[in-house]
This record gives sequence, structure tokens and C-alpha cells, in this order.
Amino acid sequence: MSDATLESLGPHPGGAPAPERSFPPITEMAIATLALVIIGGIYLAAHLPRRAPLAPAFALVVAADLLLVVNVVILSRIKPFAWDRFFQVVGWALLAYLIIAGMLEYIFVLDGTRGATLTLLTLMLVTFGVVVPLNLGFSVARYQDVSQAAG
Amino acid sequence: MTTVSEGAPTQAPEAAVGAPPRADFQIVPVAGIPIAGAVLVALVVAIAFNRIWALDFFHVAGGGLWTGIDLFVGFIIGPIIGRMSIPARMEFSTRFMPKMVLLMPVLVVITLSAGWQLARHLGNLSAHYPHHGWLVASFIVVGIMAVIALGLLEPANLAVLFELKKPVPNGQRIGRLMRVFIYTAGITGAMQVATLIIMSKLAVG
Repeated sequence: MSDATLESLGPHPGGAPAPERSFPPITEMAIATLALVIIGGIYLAAHLPRRAPLAPAFALVVAADLLLVVNVVILSRIKPFAWDRFFQVVGWALLAYLIIAGMLEYIFVLDGTRGATLTLLTLMLVTFGVVVPLNLGFSVARYQDVSQAAG
Repeated sequence: MTTVSEGAPTQAPEAAVGAPPRADFQIVPVAGIPIAGAVLVALVVAIAFNRIWALDFFHVAGGGLWTGIDLFVGFIIGPIIGRMSIPARMEFSTRFMPKMVLLMPVLVVITLSAGWQLARHLGNLSAHYPHHGWLVASFIVVGIMAVIALGLLEPANLAVLFELKKPVPNGQRIGRLMRVFIYTAGITGAMQVATLIIMSKLAVG
């Protein structure tokens, strides 16, 4: 039985629930990316106003971004997938989370953060602003019937 | 964004015969967006002009609401939802969860942004601040809550809302996603107790 057929069975009133379609660990990887970025942010913030040694923060950002790229590649290979619904959710979430990330960036700039520290914080915020919408989009689209996703 | 008029009962097609009619709803309540926008603009103004009282207001009011709502949902509303029938959960969710989608991110961003600026002005961010360890502990607690909320709670919330939008929602799936929502709300609620302890300590020095 295809996944689309399984989905179309609906709530299965009175019967056994249909098995959910299995997916690669997109959510788990997104959570790991988010955790790395937040650890990096806490590390930098804990050293203020002194400049923290940047190597650990740089390593965390690189690890987070590598994980994010791998996640996007794995996600792009999922077929069939409700891409319409995915991009609908990602688009709006991206708008919301880039506003949030932008406000945080504004605060860092206003507070006089400059140079490599600001670059690292900006990279962290960009990663944050991308990985959260990606996770939200995937979490919604994974449960959509591919045929009804356009609706 | 799926936006449909609120309040008009809709009847699912033939597969849902016998199921109670569901009220149509907006996944993000559009009427609340201008209010959220106005609050964020006021926050930017408070930060730009470095008004300590305004920063304090945003941090205390936002943090109080965030903490209170997390505790209330995690320990009062959550267990009640958990004991409801699936149709009752669906009815409750269509009215409750869209509000949370808009409210919680705004509360979080105003609390954290105002709190950061307030701590900077009061000198609490400095590594020489006597209670710096407590402050870093608050960063860690907020960080863990952020990972749980953004990685699990919010996605479950949205997935439930989109499932409820379907002509024939999958009740088992909604029940499972609601469990994720309730458990993660409980965990963040418990962590808010740690936040309250840390903030109380920082407030009196």
C-alpha cells in the first residue's frame, strides 16, 4: 500500500490506526543544529564584556551549519513530499523568525558588538532563522497527503 | 498561510459522518498580528531610547506572562486536555492553539530582548558581576527551553492545526501530537520554576 493510500484512509474510526510513514531524522538533526547554535550563543554571552576565545564558538557554528546543509540535502531527496505545504509554512515562519533574529542582531549592533564576534553571532542568528522554519515546515508537511498538499 | 473565516461550523465529508461539526479557524489569528506588531515596535523603541523603566516593564510583564502561561498550560490545562476525548481535544485545540502560535513567540522575544538590554544597563552581563554564575545558569535554562519549544512543542502545535484543517482529520495522529505538546509544555513549565528561582535571586542580589 502506498503512503498516499495510507494517508487517504483518514482517522480509521473503529479500526486499527494506519502506520505513519517513516522519514529520515530531519527533526532530530534540526534540534541538534538548534542546540549547537544556542550553546554557541550562551558561550559568547557568558564571556561578555570580554571577548571570548572564538575557536569553540566558530567550531559550533561550523558544526551547526554542516548539519543544516546535510539536513537540507536529505530533505530534498524525500519523494513524494508535500512541497507546496512545506514551502507555505517555511515562507511564513521564515518571515517571523527572521524578524526575531533581526531584532536580536539589532541589539548586538546597538550594544557595540563588532568584528569577529558579531560575524559569529550573525551566522548563529542566520542558522537559527533558517533551521526553525525548516523544522516547522517539515513537521507540518510530513503529515500531508501529497495529493492534497496544494490545497 | 491558510486563512479562513472563524466561527462558521463546517461538516466534514462522508467519512466523518457522526463526528461533531468543527468550527473553521485561522492557523494564525490574523486579527492579532497588528497587536503583536505594535508590541514589537514598542519594544524596539524602548531599546533604541534605552528607557530603563520600559525595558523593565517588557521584561517583567513578558516574563511573568511567559512563565505563568507555561506553568498554567503545562500543569493545569495540559492534564485536563490529556483526559479529554479526542473530539473534545480537537474542539479545544481549534480555539486554543492558534492563539498560542502568535502569543508565545512574541512573549519570548520581548522578555529575552528587554532582559538582555536591562542586564547590560545594570551591569549584570559583566563577568565581574557577583552573581554572574546565576545569570549564565538562566541563559542555559532558557537555551534548553528554546530547544524544546522550537524543536518539539511549536512543530507539534502547528502540525495539529494543519491536521485539524483537513476534511477528515486523523484523530490518532492528533492525539499523539497533542501528547508531545502537553509533555513538552510540562517540561518547559518545570524549567520555568528554575527561571523563577534564578530571577528572584538576581533581583535581590
